[in-house]
Parts: sequence; C-alpha cells; structure tokens
Amino acid sequence: MTISIDRQKDNHQRLQPNGWLRYFSFSLDHKVIGIQYMVCGFLFYLIGGTLASAIRIELASPMSDFLPRDVYNQFLTLHGTIMIFLWIVPVVNGAFGNYLIPFYVGARDMAFPRLNAVAFWLIPPSGLMLIASYFVEGAAQSGWTAYPPLSITTPQSGQIIWIISVLLLGGSSIFGGINFIATIIKLRRPGLKLMQLPMYCWAMLGTSLLVVLSTPVLAGTLILLSFDIVAHTGFFNPVLGGNVVVYQHLFWFYSHPAVYIMVLPAFGLVSEILPVHSRKPLFGYTTMVYSIMGIVVLGLVVWAHHMFTSGTPPWMRLFFTIATSFIAVPTGIKFFNWVATLWGGKISINSAMLFSCGFIINFVFGGITGVALAQVPFDIHVHDTYFVVAHFHYIVYGGTVFIIFSSIYHWFPKVTGKMLGEKLGIIHFAITFIGFNLCFAPQHWLGLNGMPRRVAEYDPQFQFVNQISSIGALLMAISTIPFLVNIFLSVRNGKDSGDNPWNALTPEWLTSSPPPVENWEGDAPLVVEPYGYGDSFSQKNKKI
Amino acid sequence: MLNKNIYLILIISCVFGISFWIGFNVNLLPAEASINAPIYDELFKILFVIGLIIFIGMTLAVIYSLFKFKRRKDEIGDGIALEGNLSLEIIWTLIPSIIVLIIGIYSYNIYDRMGGMKELNHSHEMMSSNNEKIWAGISQSSNNDIANNNLSVEVSAMQFAFLFNYPKGEFISGELHVPVNNKVSMRMESKDVIHAFWVPEFRIKQDIIPGQPTILNFTPTKIGKYPIICAELCGPYHGGMRASIIVEDESDYKDWFNKNKKTEVDL
Ligand code: HEM
Ligand SMILES: [Cu+2]
Ligand SMILES: [Cu+2]
Repeated sequence: MTISIDRQKDNHQRLQPNGWLRYFSFSLDHKVIGIQYMVCGFLFYLIGGTLASAIRIELASPMSDFLPRDVYNQFLTLHGTIMIFLWIVPVVNGAFGNYLIPFYVGARDMAFPRLNAVAFWLIPPSGLMLIASYFVEGAAQSGWTAYPPLSITTPQSGQIIWIISVLLLGGSSIFGGINFIATIIKLRRPGLKLMQLPMYCWAMLGTSLLVVLSTPVLAGTLILLSFDIVAHTGFFNPVLGGNVVVYQHLFWFYSHPAVYIMVLPAFGLVSEILPVHSRKPLFGYTTMVYSIMGIVVLGLVVWAHHMFTSGTPPWMRLFFTIATSFIAVPTGIKFFNWVATLWGGKISINSAMLFSCGFIINFVFGGITGVALAQVPFDIHVHDTYFVVAHFHYIVYGGTVFIIFSSIYHWFPKVTGKMLGEKLGIIHFAITFIGFNLCFAPQHWLGLNGMPRRVAEYDPQFQFVNQISSIGALLMAISTIPFLVNIFLSVRNGKDSGDNPWNALTPEWLTSSPPPVENWEGDAPLVVEPYGYGDSFSQKNKKI
Repeated sequence: MLNKNIYLILIISCVFGISFWIGFNVNLLPAEASINAPIYDELFKILFVIGLIIFIGMTLAVIYSLFKFKRRKDEIGDGIALEGNLSLEIIWTLIPSIIVLIIGIYSYNIYDRMGGMKELNHSHEMMSSNNEKIWAGISQSSNNDIANNNLSVEVSAMQFAFLFNYPKGEFISGELHVPVNNKVSMRMESKDVIHAFWVPEFRIKQDIIPGQPTILNFTPTKIGKYPIICAELCGPYHGGMRASIIVEDESDYKDWFNKNKKTEVDL
C-alpha cells in the first residue's frame, strides 16, 4: 500500500493524453472510465428515447399508420435492447461503479485497470453495430427476448448482429463484474472492514455476483440460438425436434437476475444519497446488507414467473409464485429503511432528493404490481399485455432512471467541481415525474382491458387512453431539455462547488473536487462511519 | 403523545377506508364472461386493496417527511443520530412476510378454484388412447355443476390466424362458436412460431407452442361475441392477429354446428 504518488503521476502523464482527449483514449483511470460509461450510456439513452417516441407516435392512433409493421417491431426490439444493455446496465454498474467503488474501498484504481478499459471499449462498437444492423437488412425484430422460433424465422442478418452485439455487451458486463468483486474484496484499504463499507459497495458486490453467475448462461443460450439460425441446428427449432420452452428457461435464468442487475445498484446509490441530504445515518445498515444478499439469492430462483403461460407444470407455477412473492420481503425492508432514514432528518429539498423520493414512490408502485404479477392466476390474464409493460417501466424508469438522475445531481459537483442549477433541476424533476406517471399509469388499465404488448395496432376503444400515454411520453422527451441545458450551463460557467458542497462523509468527498488522478494527495482516509451524520456523531469520524 | 397516536390511528383508518372504497368501487376490468372471471376479479380486488394501502401509506410517509423534516433556511446541524431500530426492523420484516404468505395461500386457493391444480385431461375421443405428454393450461374441474357437457375443439395457430377444428363434425372454422355454460376443452398447437390464446373477458391465456401441444379449458357463462387475441409477439402482423369467440345458447349453437358439419352426427 505504499505506492509512490509521484511515480504514478508520471505514468499517467506518459500513458494518457490530457484534457478532454483522455475521454476518447484507452484510459486506465477509473474516474475517466466511469465518465466514459456515463456519457456513452446517455447518448444511447437519447437514441433509445427517440425510438420510444416513434413507438408512442405510432400508438397515438389505432391503425398501423406511422411505421411499416416490420420496422415497428425492429424499433421495439432496438428500444428494449438499447435501454437495457447500453443505458441502464452500463450506467448504474459501469459509470457509478467505476467512479465510486475505488473511492469507497480506499484504493487508487480498480483491481484490473486494463480489463476495465477493455470492458468499456466493448460497448461503443457493439452499440453502433446493433444500430447499424437496421441499415443492413433491418434490425432484429423478435423483441429483446428473442424467443425462438420467431427469432429463427425473421431476417437473419439483423438477428445475428443482435446476438453478437448482446454477447459482447454481456462480456463487458462480466469483465466489469469480476473487477468489482476483486476490488471490493481485495483492494480495501488496510483497516477497513466489509461491514464499514458504504452501501453502494454491497449493492455492487451483490450485483456483480449475479452478473458473474447468470450472464454466462445467456451467452451460452445465444450461441446455441445463433447455431440454430446459421447452421440449422435444432436446439430450439421445433421443426428439427428442438424445444422452444427450454430457450425461455435459459433466457430468463439470466434475464430475471438482469432486472436486479439493473436495480440493485440503484438501491445502493439511493442509500448514499438519502443520508447526505437528510443529515441522518442510513437506517438499519445491517438489515440493508442482508436484504441485498437475500435479493441476490432469491433472484436466482424466480425466473419462471415470466413463463406462467408457456405451458409449465402446475407445481412449477406454484413454486415460482411463492419464491417471487418472497422477494418483496427483503425489497420492502429496504424501502421502510429509506423512509426511516428520512424520518427525523434535516432534509434539504433539492433535485437529488426529489428524484430519490420520486424513485421510492414509483418503485413501490412497480413492486406492488410485481407481487400481483407473481400470482399465477393473476398473471394468466395480464401476461404479455400492457400491464406488464407498465409494471417494468415503473421499476426500470420510475426506479432506476430516476436514481440515475438523482445521482447525477448528487455527484456532478464531485466530478466537475461545479454545481448544477437547482431551478432547472426541479423543473426537470417535475416534468419527468408527471410525464412518467402520465405515460405509464394508464397502461395498467390498457393491459387489464385487452391490449396486448408489442402491437402496432389496437382496438379503437383504447385510443383515448393511448393518447394520454403518448402525451406523457412527449413530456418525458421534453424533460431532457432542461436537464441538458442545466449541464451545458453548469459546465460553461457553473457556480464553484468547493470540495464538499453537501458536507458528506463518504470517502469520495474527502478529497478535492474534481479529484486528483491518484484520488487523494497522500494516503486514503479511513472512513469507518460512512453514515456518521447526526449531532452526537460529529467527533466519531476520524480521518487517519 | 396521546394526541399523536389518535392522529396516527385516524390517518391509518382513512388510508384503509379509501383503499377499500376504491378497491371495491372502481372497476378496472372488462366484463365477466366465464366461470373464471368472477374468481379472478375477487383476487384482483383483494390485491388491489392491499396494494393501495401499501402504496398510499408509503407515499404519505415520504411526502409527510419531506414537509415535516424539511431543513429551514437558516438551520444548521444534523438530524438525530439514529442508526436503526431492531424491533422496528423485525416488525417490517415479519408483517410483509405474513402478508405475502397470506397472499400466496389465497392465490393458490384461487388458482385451485380456477382448475389450475387439477389433472389435465382433454376428453377427446380421437386421442384418448394417446399418451402424449401435454403441458398445462387451466383445467376446469369436470365435476362442476354448470359445466356438464364437454365440447372438444382443436386449435391451430399460424401467422396470423387461428383455426378451430371441430373433430366431431369434421369441419374447420375461423370463428370459435361455443354453447354457453358448457365446458370447452381445447387442445392447441402452433404451426410456426409461438402464439397465445387470450380472451380478456374470460381472464384466461395460454401460449400456443409449436411442437408442444397445450390444453386450455374454460366455461363461458355469458352470451355474446368476444375477441380472441394473440398475446405473444409472432411477427409483423401480430397486432392484427384476432379471431372471435361466439358464445350462444344451446340451440343456436346446434344450428350453427349442423349447418357446418361434414359428417352425419347429431348433437
Ligand atoms: C417486487 C419485486 C418484483 C416482482 C415480484 C416482480 C414480478 C414480475 C413478474 C411476475 C413479471 C412477469 C410478468 C409477465 O410477463 O407476465 C415481471 C416482469 C418484468 N419485471 Fe418485475 N418484478 C419485481 C421487480 C422488478 C424489478 C426490480 C425489475 C427491474 C429492475 C423488474 C423488471 C421486470 C421486467 C423488465 C419485466 C418484463 C420482462 C419482459 O417480459 O419483457 N421487475 N416482474
Ligand atoms: Cu422476473
Ligand atoms: Cu401474435
């Protein structure tokens, strides 16, 4: 642990360009890589959002009149794939993980900096390739789930490019996961115990375990699927004796854990944000840790709740109902603990706080519909309808994306040394919150009353509600404008934030903002009470 | 202190009251047209009420904290240094566990009443000797009072249509005609990709899978014409993949059947 700082500086200067150019380089600095993930992910978010807007324009009228039918299916496939694999997963894991984890464990970089850079640089080419497939023979059009035999019988080039692209992104995710596990377990500053780590470390540890355990299954499945497509093997092709339901089992064995890969890191981030802005310790640290691990374990054994209508035997339906319902328990604990964290605090109502509270409200809603969906008899009616679309957008957008924005408001001063504007931030929050709920709440009703998902046309009696939903989507699109303006203004001539504008205690704030290349001048501080807020704590947090 | 508790009790009873009122008065579901539907709607109402209580409660707690514990302009210092409270945490582990357990048992009961746990048997003369492995769908108990007669239909799905084969009359129809209050037993298979058979008014859905027959049983209870909707993405025209189910009274059904039948059977 006695790395000479001066030598490191030299190394960095020799290896990497300076200034903004380093963001386009094969940088080994975890902070640069984190920002690369963030910006790259946000660009893909804009593309995915454009596709979503096209989908909502199509759905503003009952006929299929805006996009050709096959293009509509390509758009919804690309939208789902981009949002999951190129925006949510890279940003909540890659961006925040890379930026924060080394600070949290008191290290100067990740355990494997080169692997880290490789993991990032896999993303832009696979993303671009995926989008380019649209211009070849048309992109994949079997949904982000790519169920065979549809994925075997639709145009091949698009589907194959989709598979290669998802395989590379999965690889990137595995590299990242290995790196996080190694960093958290092995690179902790001497004297720092696991149970003293900020909660985001635990969230990333759990997430990375899920990544490492389940992503290889997806990779294997997609490789078999690609054999079926190009080499005419019969793993999943019923014409050749294959079994299509096996694909679904394998796919969801990854993809249910994947939903936790998208949301556990957000649980971690909100656990960092709430204590700072309500000036109170995180409520129930230990139960939070156990509930993360509980979610990880349970999350691995619930996948077939996506297949209740696929023709699964009754005992299996029952088992997965019960396992899935029980995930609500550790998840619920976390939410009660967050509300208890707010309770009795001195809450600053700022953009970061508002987005975090929006997250709690939205996620609770999505969790409740989730528990309902876990009940087989309930799910049989609404499976594959707009009810499910509403459920998972409440979780993924109302939950994770809200936390991404909350985190940007919270850590922007750390990264740039500038504050973001509060007025624009609150406008951003208001439009996003209203637009989001307007867009997705009505979709529950649509699903219950007979509108299936993934359709370009629907019955005329659903038009009014679909138009409300489309207006909500329009608001969501508009809400990115104040956000981008805010970022732009702040980067141009934002107010200086100082090193620690929030008076936070977690280690990333105990250095300059933006931090030096080696994270701290001198040794890393030993923070044993990352949430030591509250009046009686002021002296407890010793920096060594 | 006493005052506070009274307020708390008042608020909690309001939340319960509102949730029950909304749960039982706001109808979010389409018409009920099979014996599954009222059972489903009962489950829906219960889940809706429980969900509303939790949602409204949590939302109120968040909004209340934001107002009550808001930092005033010139205020400095921190909140209370409260790191946790084991008994509270045990309470909010146990109570949700119990709720979830009760929901689980209750929904098992609902599923059982829908016939989901019954042995599947597709009572069909032509394949009674056939031991092929058939995967689930919902099977209505055949000893049901209303459902005395059995109608067997073979459904095949293809991009982008459903075909209904009436083996007894040896004919194929694009519309599904069924007599009201009779148990209908369908054996479904797809000719190409995965489709699904969904009738929202019946609250039933089952995937139609290539290479893997599935069974779906139901008993319609209300005369009328309902949409059959494909719910599984099956290609460009997926959104247009529709058929109709026509539930009619016994004699209308017989007329229709006799008009279409190819063989000399009588109903
Ligand atoms: C309280 C916990 C949750 C429960 C009980 C739950 C339950 C379910 C169930 C049963 C389904 C299948 C519905 C169907 O297709 O018929 C489903 C779908 C889905 N859930 Fe959740 N869920 C929960 C939380 C989450 C979280 C945390 C995420 C993601 C961050 C998520 C994302 C999704 C997605 C993406 C789908 C749809 C996948 C697809 O078919 O494309 N859910 N959920
Ligand atoms: Cu799932
Ligand atoms: Cu279809």
